[in-house]
Amino acid sequence: MSGTLRLEVNGQPVDVPDGASAAAAVAVLGVPFRRSCGGQPRAPLCGMGVCFECRVRIDGVAQLRACMTPARAGMRVSTDD
Amino acid sequence: MTEPVRRYDVLVVGAGPAGLAAARAAASHGARVGLVDAQPRAGGQVWRHDVRRGMPAMARRAFAALAAPGVDWLPGTQAVLAQPGWLLADGPRGALQLHYRALVLATGARELLLPFPGWTLPGVTGAGGAQALAKQGWPLRGKRVLVAGSGPLLLAAAATLRAHGAQLLGIHEQAPLHALRDFALRLPRWPGKALQALALRTRLAGVAYRAGSVVVAAHGDDVLREVEIDGPRGRARLACDQLAVGYGLVPDTGLAELLGCRLEAAGRHRRVAADALLRTSVDGVFAAGEALGIGGRDCARIEGAMAGHVAAGAEAPARALSARRRHARAFAGLLHETFALDPRIHALARPGTLVCRCEDVPLGALADLPDARDAKLASRCGMGACQGRICGTALAELGVCRPEASSDGGRRPPLFPVRLAALAESFTHDPQEKRP
Ligand SMILES: Cc1cc2nc3c(=O)[nH]c(=O)nc-3n(C[C@H](O)[C@H](O)[C@H](O)COP(=O)(O)OP(=O)(O)OC[C@H]3O[C@@H](n4cnc5c(N)ncnc54)[C@H](O)[C@@H]3O)c2cc1C
Ligand code: FES
Repeated sequence: MSGTLRLEVNGQPVDVPDGASAAAAVAVLGVPFRRSCGGQPRAPLCGMGVCFECRVRIDGVAQLRACMTPARAGMRVSTDD
Repeated sequence: MTEPVRRYDVLVVGAGPAGLAAARAAASHGARVGLVDAQPRAGGQVWRHDVRRGMPAMARRAFAALAAPGVDWLPGTQAVLAQPGWLLADGPRGALQLHYRALVLATGARELLLPFPGWTLPGVTGAGGAQALAKQGWPLRGKRVLVAGSGPLLLAAAATLRAHGAQLLGIHEQAPLHALRDFALRLPRWPGKALQALALRTRLAGVAYRAGSVVVAAHGDDVLREVEIDGPRGRARLACDQLAVGYGLVPDTGLAELLGCRLEAAGRHRRVAADALLRTSVDGVFAAGEALGIGGRDCARIEGAMAGHVAAGAEAPARALSARRRHARAFAGLLHETFALDPRIHALARPGTLVCRCEDVPLGALADLPDARDAKLASRCGMGACQGRICGTALAELGVCRPEASSDGGRRPPLFPVRLAALAESFTHDPQEKRP
């Protein structure tokens, strides 16, 4: 198996396998990805870029789909929680 | 900086089995081919990169198209707007104008995800969705996962989840046992499919497969804790960490709609209409794979090759594939019969169950609204980030607010929320003169 890479989710270091998505990194931490407009916690539904339930802030850019974004070493992800 | 305008003889949208085959076939006639996919890697759904497992040999052969002479491969690039003769795409290097003589739509399918009480809880995903997330490195080791819904995708998803360390609590298929028996009896007509099914059974040895069994609710406070099942043996509640539930696939017709291609009914949903040489109703625009109706991987490969040949002006090699295409499509017909949805599933959502997850709109708020436009105006249903892809498809399946009843098909361009900068760039650049 290939190696891992380290990134940051909500300020905490997280390791994921090479080739993983930013969504996997948030899941390792086990926090919701976002709150709905009614305040409910939400997490990925479709895994393929359609539902937008996985939106997070990545390196300062808001509203990116974590399931469509490959994780990179040193990337900073923050959830909208 | 990358050139903002690229010109191709044949532009292929989607790099799944259909799009890869189309690019390779078109390039084999010397055409200059552009191949774009919104995903960061090629492969589409079935050949999605897996952080743990290598690619099957068939996929590796198909990936040769990416490096074929004359093929310009643009990953992470989403087609968002259609203009006469070109598409606006948004990608890692900003906006691009992709000009074409012929266009192949190989946009695939998405999963049919239907509302039921508790489906918005973190821990509830699609079945194909769970598979896609697992391949992207989603942590599953030791997690108790229940797979449910309908169709052969449940088996493929379960096998991936198990390979990633999940503890499978079972596969709950809504189709009744007699339908599955009939299916098994007719399967030998498609030996390749029968072998695939056998291989999956081996990978899933020891996992319970229950027919006529439906997930009626997910329970939990802030995350999923329990799944409630209604099966031939009555109701049961099972403690569970993740529920992977999907009811099959629906063609992705978004780009075809923007282009004005005629669609036709596919059950309660729609697919792109095309003739025997895969020409859509719009001149120079072809379609292949799941966009033409759910047919599976083999069908997508054959149709991709056909569309690629015809788009490059070579009809004979496409005609030679017609018989194989018909055989593959016949299998799709059998799947539709076998996995037709039980009316119980259409009645799972209650008035208080959220249908639109973007704007938190419950089913009850949509009760008397005739179409998707009225629903938007009255409740904001379908106006969120997913642009109605989840709720619109679900409502069409439930027979509430039919999208085709509205004048704009319930959708307006651009296809995806697009960065304003990308739009602005595209209208300040002169589309003339630049070549890749
Ligand atoms: C989540 C999921 C999991 C699946 N898993 C399996 C499986 O394990 N085994 C199996 O046999 N079948 C699976 N399928 C069924 C699958 O659809 C077919 O087997 C096969 O992948 C279809 O090939 P295709 O080329 O028609 O479409 P796809 O493989 O779906 O490829 C379509 C591609 O088009 C791209 N695209 C769409 N619109 C745009 C746009 N506007 N701009 C840029 N790119 C765009 C998409 O990103 C996608 O990569 C799965 C389907 C889904 C939805
Ligand atoms: S999980 Fe649906 S868009 Fe990312």
